[in-house]
This record gives sequence, C-alpha cells and structure tokens, in this order.
Amino acid sequence: MTLADVPMLFILAGLIAYVTLAGPDFGAAVWQVTAGRGKESERLRDLAHDAMAPVWEANHVWLIFVLTVMWTSYPTAFGSIASTLCVALFIAGLGIVVRGAAYALRSGAGDLHEQVRIDAASAVSSILTPFALGAAIGGVASGRVPVGNAAGDLITSWINPTSLITGAIAVAASAYLAAVFLSADAIRLDQPDLSEAFRRRALGSGVVAGILAAAGLVVLHDDAYRIYHGLVSGDGLPALIVSALAGVGTLALVVLRRYEPARYSAGLAVAAIVVGWALAQKPELLPGLTVHQAAASHDTLWAVIIAVIAGGLIVFPSLALLFRLTLLGTLRGAHGPGHVAAEPAATAPPRPGPRALVDAATQGLLARVAVACLVVGFGFLSVLDAGWAHAIGVVALFAFIVVGFFAALPRDLGVERPESSTEAQGSGP
Amino acid sequence: MLAVANDLLAVLSPGEQEHLDSARQMQALSFTVHIPLVCFGTAFPIMVVFAEWLGHRTGDEHLRLLARRWTRIMVALFAVGVITGTILSFEMGLLWPAFTATFGSVFGLGFAIEGFSFFVEAIFIGMYVYGWNRLSPRLHMLTAIPIILTGFTGSFMVIAVNGWMNHPSGFRLVGDHVVAVHPWRALFDNPYFWHELVHMYLAGYIVTGFVLAAVYGFGWLRGRRGRYERAALAIPLTIAALAAPVQILVGDWAARDVAKYQPTKLAALEGLGRTQKGAPVHIAGWYDSGREEVRYGIRIPKALSFLAFHDFNATVRGLDAVAPEDRPPVNVVRYAFQTMVGIGTLLALLGVFYLVVRVRFRRLPESVWFYRALVLAGPLSFVALIAGWVTTEVGRQPWVVYGYMRTAQAVTGAAPIRWGYAALIIVYASVAVAVVWILRRLARSEVSA
Repeated sequence: MTLADVPMLFILAGLIAYVTLAGPDFGAAVWQVTAGRGKESERLRDLAHDAMAPVWEANHVWLIFVLTVMWTSYPTAFGSIASTLCVALFIAGLGIVVRGAAYALRSGAGDLHEQVRIDAASAVSSILTPFALGAAIGGVASGRVPVGNAAGDLITSWINPTSLITGAIAVAASAYLAAVFLSADAIRLDQPDLSEAFRRRALGSGVVAGILAAAGLVVLHDDAYRIYHGLVSGDGLPALIVSALAGVGTLALVVLRRYEPARYSAGLAVAAIVVGWALAQKPELLPGLTVHQAAASHDTLWAVIIAVIAGGLIVFPSLALLFRLTLLGTLRGAHGPGHVAAEPAATAPPRPGPRALVDAATQGLLARVAVACLVVGFGFLSVLDAGWAHAIGVVALFAFIVVGFFAALPRDLGVERPESSTEAQGSGP
Repeated sequence: MLAVANDLLAVLSPGEQEHLDSARQMQALSFTVHIPLVCFGTAFPIMVVFAEWLGHRTGDEHLRLLARRWTRIMVALFAVGVITGTILSFEMGLLWPAFTATFGSVFGLGFAIEGFSFFVEAIFIGMYVYGWNRLSPRLHMLTAIPIILTGFTGSFMVIAVNGWMNHPSGFRLVGDHVVAVHPWRALFDNPYFWHELVHMYLAGYIVTGFVLAAVYGFGWLRGRRGRYERAALAIPLTIAALAAPVQILVGDWAARDVAKYQPTKLAALEGLGRTQKGAPVHIAGWYDSGREEVRYGIRIPKALSFLAFHDFNATVRGLDAVAPEDRPPVNVVRYAFQTMVGIGTLLALLGVFYLVVRVRFRRLPESVWFYRALVLAGPLSFVALIAGWVTTEVGRQPWVVYGYMRTAQAVTGAAPIRWGYAALIIVYASVAVAVVWILRRLARSEVSA
C-alpha cells in the first residue's frame, strides 16, 4: 500500500456508505409503491417515508464525496469512466433528481391520492438509479471502459451480462437493506404490525438478493473471468465468504426478529460485495491503467488526504448526532415536518413580556454607525488599491449591512400592539 | 441562454460544434436552475433563524409561525438544490471529461472540500427541520449555525474553483499533462478569487431578499398587510436593501480586478476594440466587430480608464491585443454586463429609498408604486444574477482554463449529449412545475407555531 492507494480507500469507504445508507432510501421507495391500497398500506408508506426523510440528504452526499475524491485523485480514470458510461450515469442522475423531488413534494402533498402518485414516480426512479449505477460498475469491472474521452462503446459498456446482473443485484440489495432497516425502525416507532410486514419483505428480498449474487458468479465466470478468478481464488475470496456468511446470518436474525443486529449484518453483507469487487479487480482500475498510474501527483494526494481527515473530524460527530437523534425517534414521528402539533408549554421557555428589538435612541445611534461603516468601506475598497485595504473595506461593508439591519428593521417587529392583536393569523404566503 | 450559446457557435469551427453546442447549453441550463437555489441555501437560513430568535425574544406567535413556514420552504428548496447540485457534479465528467481528466488534480480539491461543507449543511438542515418543537429552542437555533457557516464555506470552495479557472496557477502544463501541481496554492492563493466570492455571496442575499420581498409585496398589493406579513416583508427586504448598494462598490472592485488580470474580458464587457489611452464607457449601443467599436451607444469619455485604473488617461487594452479566435463573443458579454449593472443600480436605488423611509419616518413605505417596484425587483434580481454569471463565464471564452485549455478541447466525445440535453429539459421543466406547486401548497398550508 502506498500513498496512491489511500484515496482509493476513501472512495471505497464512500461507496460502501452510499450503498448501505442511500441504498435503503431507494429500496424504501420500492416498498412504498408495492404497498397496495388501504389504511394499512398507507401506514406502511408513511413509515417508509418518515424513517428516511430526516437523513436522505446526508446519505446522498456520499455519492458526491465519491465523485469529487475520484476526479481529484484519479482524474484520467474519472474522465474515461464518466465519458464512456455517460448514458448510464446520466440515467442515474435523472433518477436522483426525481427521488429528491419526490421528497420535496411529499412534504406538501395533501391527500392520499397525491401521495400515491408521488410514491409511484419516486419508485420508478429508485429502481433506475441503483440499476444504472450497478450497471456502470459492471462496465468497469468487466473491463469495458478503456482509457480516453468516450473511447468505449456508449451502449454495450453498460448493457452487457455483467452490468445487467450487477444492476439487478444493486436493486435487490437496496430493497433488502430497506426492508431490514424498516423492520427495526417499526419496532422503535412502536408499530409491531408494520415490523411484521417488513419482516416478510426482508426475508423474500433477502432470498432474491442471495440468488442473484450466486447467479452473478456464474455470469462473471463467462463474462469477466478476471474478476471471477479474483473472487473465488484470489484476494477477493475472504470478502466473498464474509458476504455469504453475513447474508445468511442476517436472514437468521430476521427470522428470530433480532432486527438491530440484523441491520448491521445486512450492511456488512452488502459492504463485503463492494470490498470483494475491489480486491478482485486490483491493481488495474481500467484496462492498462493501474491505480498507481492513474493517481494524481504527490501534493494533490496529500491535499486530498488532509481534506478528508479534517472533513471527517467535522462530519462524523455531526453525522453521529443526526443518527442518534433519528434513531432515538427525537426527529421523527408519525408525521412529517410541520404537521406536528405544538408540544405542551412545559418544553417552551417562559415567554418574556413584549419588548422592542432595539430602543429608539439606540436605533438612531446604530444608523449613524452604519453610515460611518459605509464611508470607511467606500474609502478602503473603492479609493485605495492595496489588498489589505480591500480586506478592511469588505469587513466595513459587511459591518454596514449588519449594523444597518438593526438600525432599519421596524422597531415594533414582534411586539404585540393593541390595535393589531385582533388581526387574523397569517394566511398569506 | 440559447442566444448566448448560439452566439458562441460563431467563434468555433464547424467540426467542434456538434457536441459543444449541446454540452454548453446543457451546462448553462443546469447552472441557471441551480444558482438561484444556491442563493436561497446561503442567505435564507439566517433570515429564518432570525425570525425564530425574534419570536422567542418577543414572545410573538406571528414570528414563530413565520419561521416555521419559512423552514418548510427552505427545506423544499434545499432538497431541489441537492439534486440539481448532484447533476452538476455528474456533468463535470459527463460533459467535460477532458477538462476533469487533465486538471482534476489541480482544482478538484475545492469540490472535495465543498462536498464536506455540503455534508455538514445537509446533516444540520435535517436536524433543524425535524427538530422544531422536538429540540429545546436554544438547541434548535444552535443547529442553524452550522447551516449558515457551511452556506458560506460552500460558496467559498466553488468560487475558489471558478477563480482558478479564470486566473489559473499552481501547476505547469507539459504537453497534455499537468506537473508540479500545488492544489492549495492554485485554489486559495489566487488574487482573482476574493472579489468573486464577496460579489456572489452578496448576490445570494440580494436575490433571496428581493424574491421574498416581491412575494410579500404582491400580497401587500392584494391587501394582505397584517403583522405577520409586515414582518415577513421587512426582514428579507431590509437585508436586500442594505446589500444592494454595497454590491455596487464590490462590483466596481471586481471590474478593477478584471482589468488587471483579464484585460480581454474587460475589453469585451465594454466593447473596447482598440487599445487606447483615456478609454470611454458606452451605455447601450451595439459592438460592431468590423469597425472595432460600439455604435449608437451613449459615450462617456475617459470613464473606463478612470473606473479601471483610477486615472483618466490610463491605457486600457482592447480586443485587438489578442487574436480574433481568442476573443469572447462581445455583444453577449457586453449586454449581459450592462443588464447586470443596470438592474443592480435600480435595485440599489430601490433599497436606498426603502432605507431612507425606514430611518426618517420609522415606517414601511406606503406608496403603491413602491410595492409594484418590489414585485418587479424579485424577478429582476434573478435576471441580474444570471446575467452576472454569463458576464464572467462567457467573458472567459473561448477558454475553460484561461489561457491553457479551450472549452472545445474539454468537451466529451460522446454523441448522445443532445438526447441527454433534451431529457434534462423535460425533467427540469417538470421539477420547476413541481416546485411551484409545492411552494404554493406550503404557503397556504396550516402551520402551528
């Protein structure tokens, strides 16, 4: 292992996070649309939405992380992959657009009819995106992406036996992860009957995913022998075994209704597939291009490593807090944002009596300070030419905006006045 | 946007045009959709949390209700911003693989850090949105602080990359390969970067403020003038009214930096054909490339020399300093620039009027014409924003990396780009319809404070 491999480890970790966190988000949409009609299925759809809604954006960013680290650290490989596989990647991108739009829309959907239609649209995209991304990975794995600007075949690079089976595995694995995660979430949210419903789905989709994975080995044997060889007799073998054991173990845990450990072992089963692929494929990233040859120069690799570590120090505690609040149920309930009735006044702070934002004398003073800041800003930014002067000028102008805001904002804002207390609550936009 | 792209075609040879045409238009469409959402992403959270804070401080239910409703609008727009941003990161590879493949190791770091910034933003926006009435008020308002900060750092990183594309450094090009790459220096030790950052960050507040003010100004004209609406109007409008005049000073600074680092772009902005001492500014008119001058415009002698170099007799480089194939399409750039400056000036005047009325008479303006102007100011601020990006991006043409790589060299070799472009138009049109629908729905829905 050398410096040139480190960003690839980041990319794989990001890919695993995307598959195990955003994958269930796509899978949940599949269960939403297949829920059928009636009161029961409505609850099922709501649970699938509510469990994912607070975290989907954060889960989704893993893909952006993978893309940015890829194009910074292995630019030639990224350019080759993106141009040859442009059709598959574009389909995946459109699917993400529709899925994200569905989240935005569902929060405003009024009646059941609208929700069903939104769920249907989002499920179509949720099948398309994992399939297209899986197919793209199949194209890379089977060596169909040569180095160069759109040098490979734009269609057969992602419509071929390996791509089709990896795409199918991606869809099945997403649905499977979603069902396992939602079984656990239903218990946490005190809806045991829904947990049973998702348990059945988890068992069914788990068996399907397992069969597809086994079929995948047969396809790889014929279509991408290098990867097959790496998986069954090379470095990828341990990962293959881990994946199989974790997959079987998860089914057993789901049968026993031990959903919390099942959540992690299901993630492990899927993550091991990604690791196995990477181990079977190394050291070549694309045909004739090893990871080391594709790597950017020394300074860039170090910059990426420093940025990822520093970013991780900020992101991981934040992410831990979000998941903690979500898993504890603090951030989710039976309804989306805004539908929640106000909690009892016990949690609200004691309300202070009406008071003005700023008193009249202070406001006059603030206005003068703001004008002074504006004059200073003009002098340093517009009259002087040195860099340090511009810095002072910009700071002074921002001070003008902040001070001016408190000087110019209506002073009575938020203070209840007798003549207006009878006005109706806001009904406008 | 179409006009822009078509005009660009004139400067390219026929063989290069096929993919380039679709790729440019697709990129322009993606930016046009994404940039206004970015404005709301950077500027809206501070307004929402201010309303919430003031609501707690004064105990006024109207303000809490306002913050609550704005939160729902904020999250809907953020969700759409996430997906349009994802499309943009895909397009870096799908449309411009040669650009990314050659220079990814130089500029890519900026986007990698931006990815983290975006990550933190998404995490805390999840907490803020779903934490209403579930977290204590103090904790809830604290979760907004990372959102406000990451709105800034995200802009910082993206603009750093754009600043680098306009004024590249931190590498050497040997054949098709970059060597001696110093990504930190390339991105953050760039004198061209600071004015772009400040200009764009302020634009975010101006667009968000005036668009919101336009919505509530329209409500005011229709008779919705209660306490709730007054607060909803005053908060964004006060910020935009203060930022708009400042933007003129910052814009002047930006133009002086362009004069220093990209003289050809400045010449295109002003339609200055020939290098000359005491160069004039022209308002309106049309650049005639045959005569190398602006015709039918209002001429202000020596103004350009003074504005660009603070000296009435300074020499300003004209378009003739570079070969014709290295010049941007002058009229597109020049009209985009004049549109931006014209609208920016009107917005600043409107802002100053509002501030004077506020400070002198301690009330909101009462003239119907003021509110009619506000209703126009919202869409106009958006037009100015896009015109500003056209100015800087088309003004950079024919280069994608100024002086190093032409846009035509960066484009993909994949033919189906035009189909992708068509698909993207359809999908974005549907998303636009959906967003309008959701915003109307959210605006009307009942929200409990």
